[in-house]
Amino acid sequence: MIHSLFLVNSSGDIFLEKHWKSVVSRSVCDYFFEAQERASEPENVPPVIPTPHHYLISVLRHRIYFVAVIQSEVPPLFVIEFLHRVVDTFQDYFGVCTEAAIKDNVVVVYELLEEMLDNGFPLATESNILKELIKPPTILRTVVNTITGSTNVGEQLPTGQLSVVPWRRTGVKYTNNEAYFDVVEEIDAIIDKSGSTITAEIQGVIDACVKLSGMPDLTLSFMNPRLLDDVSFHPCVRFKRWEAERILSFIPPDGNFRLLSYHVSSQNLVAIPVYVKHNITFREGSSQGRFELTLGPKQTMGKAVESVLVSSQLPRGVLNVNLNPSQGTYTFDPVTKLLSWDVGKINPQKLPSLKGSMSLQAGASKPDENPTINIQFKIQQMAISGLKVNRLDMYGEKYKPFKGIKYMTKAGKFQVRT
Amino acid sequence: VFSIKSYSALNLYSCSLKNEDLKEMLESNKESLKLEAMKRIVGLIAKGKNASELFPAVVKNVASKNIELKKLVYVYLVRYAEEQQDLALLSISTFQRALKDPNQLIRASALRVLSSIRVPIIVPIMMLAIKEAATDLSPYVRKTAAHAIQKLYSLDPEQKEHLIEVIDKLLKDKSTLVAGSVVMAFEEVCPDRIDLIHKNYRKLCNLLVDVEEWGQVVIITMLTRYARTQFLSPWREDALFDENSEKAFYDSDVEKEKADSKPYMMDPDHRLLLRNTKPLLQSRNTAVVMAVAQLYWHLAPKQEVSIVTKSLVRLLRSHREVQYIVLQNIATMSIQRKGMFEPFLKSFYVRSTDATHIKTLKLEILTNLATEANISTILREFQTYVKSQDKQFAATTIQAIGRCATNISEITDTCLNGLVLLLSNRDETVVAECVVVIKKLLQTQPSQHSDIIKHMAKLLDNITVPMARASILWLIGEYCERVPKIAPDVLRKVAKSFTSEEDIVKLQTLNLAAKLYLTNSKQTKLLTQYILNLGKYDQNYDIRDRTRFLRQLIVPNEKSGALSKYAKRILLASKPAPVLESAFKDRDRFQLGTLSHTLNAKASGYLELSDWPTVAPDQSVRNVEVMEPQSLERQPSTRGSDLFAYHLLVLLCSDSDDAKEKKRPKPKLDSVSSHSKASSSSDNTASSGSESEEDTDSDSEPEQKKKKKLSSKPQVRQILSFNCGCKMCLCVTAFQVSSPVFVPPKSHELLHRMSGKGLAVSYHFPRQPCAYSHRMVSVQLTLTNGRDQPLEDICVGEAGPPGIAIHRFATIERLQPEASITVSMGIDFNDSTQAANFQLCTKTDQFSVSIQPAVGELLMPVTMTEQDFLKEQGQLTGMNESSVTITIAPDSMSSQPVGRKVVSVANMGVVPSSQNSIHRFAAKTVSSGSLVLSSVVLQEASTAKLVVNTEKTVLGSVLLRELKTALSQG
Repeated sequence: MIHSLFLVNSSGDIFLEKHWKSVVSRSVCDYFFEAQERASEPENVPPVIPTPHHYLISVLRHRIYFVAVIQSEVPPLFVIEFLHRVVDTFQDYFGVCTEAAIKDNVVVVYELLEEMLDNGFPLATESNILKELIKPPTILRTVVNTITGSTNVGEQLPTGQLSVVPWRRTGVKYTNNEAYFDVVEEIDAIIDKSGSTITAEIQGVIDACVKLSGMPDLTLSFMNPRLLDDVSFHPCVRFKRWEAERILSFIPPDGNFRLLSYHVSSQNLVAIPVYVKHNITFREGSSQGRFELTLGPKQTMGKAVESVLVSSQLPRGVLNVNLNPSQGTYTFDPVTKLLSWDVGKINPQKLPSLKGSMSLQAGASKPDENPTINIQFKIQQMAISGLKVNRLDMYGEKYKPFKGIKYMTKAGKFQVRT
Repeated sequence: VFSIKSYSALNLYSCSLKNEDLKEMLESNKESLKLEAMKRIVGLIAKGKNASELFPAVVKNVASKNIELKKLVYVYLVRYAEEQQDLALLSISTFQRALKDPNQLIRASALRVLSSIRVPIIVPIMMLAIKEAATDLSPYVRKTAAHAIQKLYSLDPEQKEHLIEVIDKLLKDKSTLVAGSVVMAFEEVCPDRIDLIHKNYRKLCNLLVDVEEWGQVVIITMLTRYARTQFLSPWREDALFDENSEKAFYDSDVEKEKADSKPYMMDPDHRLLLRNTKPLLQSRNTAVVMAVAQLYWHLAPKQEVSIVTKSLVRLLRSHREVQYIVLQNIATMSIQRKGMFEPFLKSFYVRSTDATHIKTLKLEILTNLATEANISTILREFQTYVKSQDKQFAATTIQAIGRCATNISEITDTCLNGLVLLLSNRDETVVAECVVVIKKLLQTQPSQHSDIIKHMAKLLDNITVPMARASILWLIGEYCERVPKIAPDVLRKVAKSFTSEEDIVKLQTLNLAAKLYLTNSKQTKLLTQYILNLGKYDQNYDIRDRTRFLRQLIVPNEKSGALSKYAKRILLASKPAPVLESAFKDRDRFQLGTLSHTLNAKASGYLELSDWPTVAPDQSVRNVEVMEPQSLERQPSTRGSDLFAYHLLVLLCSDSDDAKEKKRPKPKLDSVSSHSKASSSSDNTASSGSESEEDTDSDSEPEQKKKKKLSSKPQVRQILSFNCGCKMCLCVTAFQVSSPVFVPPKSHELLHRMSGKGLAVSYHFPRQPCAYSHRMVSVQLTLTNGRDQPLEDICVGEAGPPGIAIHRFATIERLQPEASITVSMGIDFNDSTQAANFQLCTKTDQFSVSIQPAVGELLMPVTMTEQDFLKEQGQLTGMNESSVTITIAPDSMSSQPVGRKVVSVANMGVVPSSQNSIHRFAAKTVSSGSLVLSSVVLQEASTAKLVVNTEKTVLGSVLLRELKTALSQG
C-alpha cells in the first residue's frame, strides 16, 4: 500500500526518507515540488498528486509535508489517516513534531516507522503498543542509556498486540489510581454583518487521562445523552451498549486518549457567547479608513469569557493601522496584512474595544469587501450545549479510583463577517 | 548538520564519521560502540545517503543479543539486501533458526524480516516459511504470514498458485487479527478469485466489528465488490423509494401489483453485510467511515443510503486533507441524491480560512444542492463570496451562479441582473468571468436582452482578458441583427487592434466579420476584407485556416462551390445553449472513496465494481457445513505447548460421542448417526447433511414408502416409539422435520466476563436437532477465557428446576488465556419458557447461570402441504386457537419480510401458500412434538390477522404475542 515516505520541510528539502518496499528514488518528489511552487499558500498543495508511475499523497502538519508514495489503487483516506496517525505518534513521543525534533530522534523515528507499517500495511498504530515496543525518549533515559548502555527498545516483547483489548497494555500499575475526563466543546459559527447567526454548530470531544491499575472496566453515563446527535468512538467503547442504553462502557487504554467526539444535534439552538460591534469603513478617494471594534459577552451563563484573541485579514490596500485598544495588545503585520488583538478576559462592566484609523495606499480604490473577523475564546467550567456527565463507575478492579470531570467551551471556527 | 543526540564521548567525532570508523566500531567488542555505529548508519539511511559499503560489517551483527542493535541491523538489511544479494544470504540461517523459536513474537519478527529481504534466490525458503507460519498456533504469526504473502508475490509472481492455497487457508482463519491482513493479500494476489470468499463471507461480516481499523477498510472494500457480483440489485423499485416515496407508497394498486408480481427480497447475507457495517460509521478512523459510506452508496437500497450523511458531514471537521477527499465524494453523491445533503447545506458554507481547493469543492456541492426552495439562501451566500478578497474564488463563484441560473429557470433573470451589476466591478478577473457566464446565459434567452448586449459592447473598450473579449465578440456576432448600429462599430475597433490580440480573440473577430458581412455587407465589406487579409498572414495556422475557410464561404466568386449559397444558414444557424454541468457528473463511474475517484482517472490496480447480476447467483455457496471448535482446523505442530492444545482439541471433538456412550446407554446407532447429522448441518444454515436432503427428496414418494423409509432412520423411529400412545402425535410424525430457515444467530450473554472472574460465556440456539435427545433443544455455549491464566476443569454443576433435563457438556480440562471454545448442550425445556438454571463450575469457582429460552426456540420446523395445514388447523380450533388483528409495519406488506420476521422469532417452517396475502408457518414443539401452526393474513390498510393454533395453549399465546411484536415493528 504505502511504498515510501518522504518528509519535506517548508523550504522544500527532503530531510528524511523511509522505504517499506523496494527503494523509490527521491526524484519522485520533483512532482511534489512542482505542485508546491504552483500553490500560492502551503495549504493549497493538492493532497493527491498523480505522477507517471506513482501517486503522491501528502499531509501538511507543523509546516512539514509528509509525502507518501503509492503505486496502485488504495483509498486515499486510508493513507491520509495513517499519515496523521504518524504525526500524532511523533507528537506523543517527542512533545512537538518539528523538523528539529525528528532529526534529533531519527533513530526512534525510524524504529517507530518500522513498527507502524509492514510491507506498507499498518501493523501497530496504537500508542499503547508502540510505547511497549519503543520507549519514548526522555532526557533522563538518554543519560541513563549512555551510562549503562541500555536501550530504548523494550526488552520485553509486547503482549498487548495479542490480546483482545489491543489498545491496552498489560500489567499496568499505579500507586495513585486516577481517571480524568475533559469535556471540551467548540462552537463553529458564521455571524453575518448585522450580527445574526448564519450557521452555528457545536462539536465536542471527551478527552481522557486514565491512570488505573490492572484491567478496569469503566462505564460513563450522561444526564442528557440525547443531546449527542452524532458520535464517534475510540475503538474501546462497546457500541452495542451505547445503542441500547446510551452508556459508554469501555476498558480504557492506559494514559491519554480521545474517548469520544460528538456533534450536538442541530435542532438545538446554539448559544453564542460573545457579540461583536464593528464599524469598519473605507471612504472613496480618502487615504484614511475607520476601524472600530467592541466585544461583549452574551449567553455565557455567568461564566467569564477568557483568552480572547481577535484576528482579521485586512484588505491589501491597507498600509498601516493606528489603533487604540482599551485592554490587551494588538499587532499588525504590514506584509501579510494580518491584524491580531490579544484581548484577554472580557470584563462585562468595561467592554474591550479597539478603535482608530487605517491608512490606505494613496490613490488606491476602496476595497470591495470588509475583512472577516476570526475570534478565539475559552470559557471554563461550562459545556455550552449543557451536556453533563452523570456518573463514572468502575468494575473489575477492587481499588477506589480518584475521578474528575472538567468542562470547557472554546471557539472553533468562529467568524464574523463585516 | 544532521546529528544524533547523544551524550557520549563519541560526540567528538560528530556525524562526519568516515565509513572506516563506523566499520571499526561495528567490529569492536563493545555492544555500546556497535549500537552507536548502527544508530549513525540508520541516520545515514534516513537522510538517503548510501551506506551499502558497510554491509559485511553490519550483517555480522544480525544474531546480536541486544534487541535494539538487532532491530537496527534488520532495518539495514531490509534496505540493502537487494543490492548485496550474496552477502545477505549469510543472514538467512539466523532467521530460519528464529522461525522455530518458542516465542511467537520472535517467530513473527523473523518471518517479517526474512520475507522483506528481496533476494530471489531465497524464494523457496520464504515459501516454506510462509506455509509453516500459516498453520502456526499463534494468530500473530499467522498475521505476519499473510503480510509475507504479498511480499513473496511481488518478488516472484510465479508462486501465485501456491500462495493462493495459503490465502485460502488463512481466509478460513477465525482470528480477528488475521482477517484484515489476509484479505489484503487476497486483494493483491488474486482479487478475481471471488469463489474463495463464499464460505468465509458470513464469518468476515460477523468478525468485522472486532477487526483492527485498517483491516476493516480493506475488508469492507473487498466485500463491496463481492456483494455486487453475488446479490440482486436492491434498487429495482427505485421509483417506489426515491425522493417522492410517500406518493408512490399510497399510489394505486396497479403499481403494487406490479411489485408483487416480482417481489424483491434482499438476500439475508446482503442484509447481514449492511447491518454489520453500520456501527462502523461511528469509527474514529475517517477511512473506515468513508469505506462504510461507499458500501452503503453502492449496495444499500436507495432509501437507506442517507444514514451515512451525518457521519460524512462529521468528517468535514477533520484535517484539511480529509475534508478534501470527503468533499469530493460528497460532490459526486450530491449530483444524484440532493436530498441526502440538503439538510446540511450550511455545513458547506465557505469560510475565509479554507484552502482554495476546499472552497472550490464546497461551491461545487452548494451548486449541486441548489433547488427552487433554497436558491435564495444560496444566492445570498454567493453574494458574500463574490466580494471575497480571493479573486480566483470570486470568479469560481460566478461560474457557480451561472450554473444555478441555467438549472433553475425561475432565477435566471435575477442572476443575470446580478451579474450585469458585477460587470462594473473593479477586478478584471471577476468582470471577465461575468462576461463569459452572461454569454452562456444569454444564449438561453437572447430575445429579451439586447440591452445587456449593448452594455457588453461598451465594455470591450476596457476589458483585456482574452476569454472575455472573445465572448463579447461572439455575442455581438451571433446577435448582430439585434444591435445593427453597434456591431459594425465594434468590428471597426477590433480591426484596429487585430494584430495585438490573443489568438482566441482573433478567431472571434474573424467570426464577427464574417457574420456582419453576410447581414450588413454594405457597411462592413471593406472592414471584413481588411481583417481577412490580416488573418491570411497570421503566424497561427488555425487563424490562417479559418481565414481561408471563411473567405471561400462568404465572398462569392466563380470558384466558390455550392456551399456559399448556404453561408448565412451555416454561420448564423441557431445554436443550442450550452449545458452547464458539474465537473463531478461522471465521477460515479468509479467506486467512491477510491484513488481513481479522486483523480477522475483509472489508477493502476483499480478493480472495477461490477454491475448487479440480473439473475441471482446461487445463495447456498455461502453456506458453511462444519462449525468446529475454534482452533481445530489449524494443523497441530509438535512444539511443546502446542502439543497440549492438540490433545485438548482431540478430547473436545471426541467427547460428545464418548460421553454419550458412557452416560447414556442408548442404542449406539442413534447417538452416532444423529451426532453426525448435527455436526454436518450445524452453523444455522439452510444447508443440511445428506440425510435431510434425502428427506426433501422423499416428499414426492408415495406415502407408504415414505413411512417405511422414515422408520429406517433412528431419529424418527424414536419419535414414533415415544409417542405411540397418542394418535394425534402419530400424524404429526408424518410431517417431516425440515431444516430451519437461515436466520443470523442471535447470541445471548450467559455469564459476563466481570461476574465470571474472567470467564465469559455466551449462548445461542443453533436451531438444529439435538444430538443427545430428541426432546432437547440444542444450545451452543461459547466460553472465552478473559483471564491471564488458564481456566481448568470447566463443567456444569447442579441443575434445576426438576422439570428440566440438561445434557451437560463434557468437562473442559483446560482453557488457555484468550482462547475460546464452543461446546453444545441439550436442554429439555418441557415446552415451557421456564428458565433452565444450572451452575457453571471451574476448578476454583462456581457461577449460577440460567438460560431462558425464547418461545420460538422451543419449536422445530416441519414441512407440510397447504391441504395438510388446513386440515390440521381445522382440528385445532376453539380453545386451541388464538388470534389477533395487528397493524403491520409498512415494509412487511410484501411476502418476504413477513416470512423473514416470523422465522427470525420462531423456528418454523414455511408452508407454501397459493394466495399472496396469506402466509402459513408450521412447526412442532421439541419436547412433546405437538403441532404449532401459525398464519398471517394480510388485509386492507396494512392490517393483518395473526392466528396461532396449537394444543399447547400457553405456548400458543406467548408465541402470538411475540409474533405480533415482531410484525408490527418496522
